Amino acid sequence: MAALTREETEALIQEVLEIYPEQAKKDRAKHLAVNDQSLEKSNKCITSNRKSLPGVMTIRGCAYAGSKGVVWGPIKDMIHISHGPVGCGQYSRAGRRNYYVGTTGVNTFGTMNFTSDFTEKDIVFGGDKKLAKIITEIEGLFPLHKGISIQSECPIGLIGDDIEAVAKKGNKEIGKPVVPVRCEGFRGVSQSLGHHIANDAIRDWVLGNRDGDDSFPTTPYDVAVIGDYNIGGDAWASRTLLEEMGLRVVAQWSGDGTLAEIENTPKVKLNLIHCYRSMNYIARHMEEKYKIPWIEYNFFGPTKIAESLRRIASHFDDVIKEGAERVIKKYEAEYEAVIAKYKPRLEGKRVMLYIGGLRPRHVIGAYEDLGMEVVGTGYEFGHNDDYDRTIKEMGNATLLYDDVTGYEFEEFVKRVQPDLIGSGIKEKYIFQKMGVPFRQMHSWDYSGPYHGYDGFAIFARDMDMTINNPCWKQVKAPWKKDASSEAVKVAA
Amino acid sequence: MARLRQCAIYGKGGIGKSTTTQNLVSALAELGNKVMIVGCDPKADSTRLILHAKAQTTIMSLAAEAGSVEDLELEDVLKVGYGGIKCVESGGPEPGVGCAGRGVITAINFLEEEGAYDDELDFVFYDVLGDVVCGGFAMPIRENKAQEIYIVVSGEMMAMYAANNIAKGIVKYANSGSVRLAGLICNSRNTAREDELISALAAKIGTTMIHFIPRDNVVQRAEIRRMTVIEYDPTAKQADEYRQLAMKIRDNTNFIIPAPITMDELEELMMEFGILEQEDESVVGKTAAAEAVA
Repeated sequence: MAALTREETEALIQEVLEIYPEQAKKDRAKHLAVNDQSLEKSNKCITSNRKSLPGVMTIRGCAYAGSKGVVWGPIKDMIHISHGPVGCGQYSRAGRRNYYVGTTGVNTFGTMNFTSDFTEKDIVFGGDKKLAKIITEIEGLFPLHKGISIQSECPIGLIGDDIEAVAKKGNKEIGKPVVPVRCEGFRGVSQSLGHHIANDAIRDWVLGNRDGDDSFPTTPYDVAVIGDYNIGGDAWASRTLLEEMGLRVVAQWSGDGTLAEIENTPKVKLNLIHCYRSMNYIARHMEEKYKIPWIEYNFFGPTKIAESLRRIASHFDDVIKEGAERVIKKYEAEYEAVIAKYKPRLEGKRVMLYIGGLRPRHVIGAYEDLGMEVVGTGYEFGHNDDYDRTIKEMGNATLLYDDVTGYEFEEFVKRVQPDLIGSGIKEKYIFQKMGVPFRQMHSWDYSGPYHGYDGFAIFARDMDMTINNPCWKQVKAPWKKDASSEAVKVAA
Repeated sequence: MARLRQCAIYGKGGIGKSTTTQNLVSALAELGNKVMIVGCDPKADSTRLILHAKAQTTIMSLAAEAGSVEDLELEDVLKVGYGGIKCVESGGPEPGVGCAGRGVITAINFLEEEGAYDDELDFVFYDVLGDVVCGGFAMPIRENKAQEIYIVVSGEMMAMYAANNIAKGIVKYANSGSVRLAGLICNSRNTAREDELISALAAKIGTTMIHFIPRDNVVQRAEIRRMTVIEYDPTAKQADEYRQLAMKIRDNTNFIIPAPITMDELEELMMEFGILEQEDESVVGKTAAAEAVA
């Protein structure tokens, strides 16, 4: 199917909006746009980070998900207490496939669920005493943990527990950081505020822990990788490239990361931000307080990787600049072979994306490296600075949809008829049942890594095996096949 | 048996709700009624005069001990005192922690599930914490709970503000359910023309002052002995006042959806009775220094 023109895309949006009552139509219209590369600021065309409408099926999560699930959870040598009733912790347990090295239950705790398991009596009488006891018990049972974070679930904010006081007392008692995080799920409009709250908690309770302590030997080439959650090993595939070009990665935030790495980050020369949405706050803080510059980079697909390596190198001397070129050269044959193998099978395929806060723009280049085109994209919880960064990445007249509703997404797909949809688990089966190939772009569909050159090979393979899977030819029931397709078959 | 009547007593903190309720309930028991009191206040002082106890062990504290409220039996929490009056306290946290409102909800749900509202009962009285600060304290007036609300009030300004605010809360639930305002009980503070004032307020809201309870030291004397006046000194004049209140409530059929008045109307009423002085707009926001200059 040919690409839609600007007028056709605008008409499509109007048509989809038609179903809504007046007020909802007015609201949703602000979140749907036709991309215009000539715009500098996205607020000219799209509104984001607003409360979802009741009654629509939004895909968003909550502040607790943003803090515990995204930012804090992957810090592997800390124990993160899901403070409140059991469900929030249990159903987010190991949820994002943040790979890590360590012995779970001994010195790392990533896939475990620690919860205060609130019952009625904890709500009525308050949970502070129980929390204090949990901290004591954790210290006794898991002595090799390096610190504790308290991830507040909704009731904590409602009953007015003083978790800060418990944290301070706990810190004195066990001699390790105990961090209270006020990420109650009802705060904000999505998980985005949870990221911010989590960043602020790191700023207030962790980042300054080693101020004035120069015992950590530094080098001129120290960097921190910020906003890589090591999903399916992403951070490892990224770290390799940085190290090969001569940099020293002091910290990984927060996939396979440790508390010590986070505490040492103020000593680095440059902060490298992958997921801007979830961790730009802390990067800005370190720029202000420690004068550490930060840059965004993108390790999806060889084009963006090369661009990013060169941009990172531009902040260092010739040793690193040469290093970047050397790395690009080293992998050239490898990624060219990937492109040679998969591009003929994927060329011209059209993709619609709907992901969280970074990938809706960051994976576009990787698809383009394979000759594919992203014809629609949107963020669950992006802000307008994310859309600002998206406009230039997307083609003109492509669809932008913010906090898309279940209905809108389905209608867009029906009309645009993409060859592939990249979104999350909640969308996967709907679109597969509609007969559209689908990849989970949050969890990499239990595959990965997708970052770095290593990741690109896996990414290309996964997209090929999804789009060109023979099963898609079988999805139409034989008795529903119309005469024309029969005719095509006969002719073939 | 007649239909079980469920009544809730609201009113400003410290107005004498618990004392009035326990004396009233004792008088009802004396008249031969089977009554239960459900204390809905973490202070748990709604049944002490009936049980001659300091404070009854509460549902929530027992639940905390046992692990959860599901581990409790009705006889663990229900005590019988003077006149066969059944007593229950919902209980709740110390001030400043946890959620007392949730305690009330949990406790009342428990009583219902355990069948505390048996066929023998004629009356249930909910004695509710002073201010309806959250949904938990509105629990007793939700669907299928108390249908009759009595507001304890006095001729003091803040007590009347509170009464009017409670009436506003009742409207919300009255429109969606069967709860009704059944009257104001004036617990006298010996302010000027108190009975007239409260009668006027009641008329404006659309209800009546069901009874005027004069001030009498015998109430305090009885209270020191952890007793109601009815039990301590049945011959006292004050005991008759409570008996009259009990009879009026027993025979009451005047259940209405209140029409709470505006702040301006309320202030006007108070000015009429000389509780509030005519407002002088020219002094609003003026410091002492500014006034001295002028």
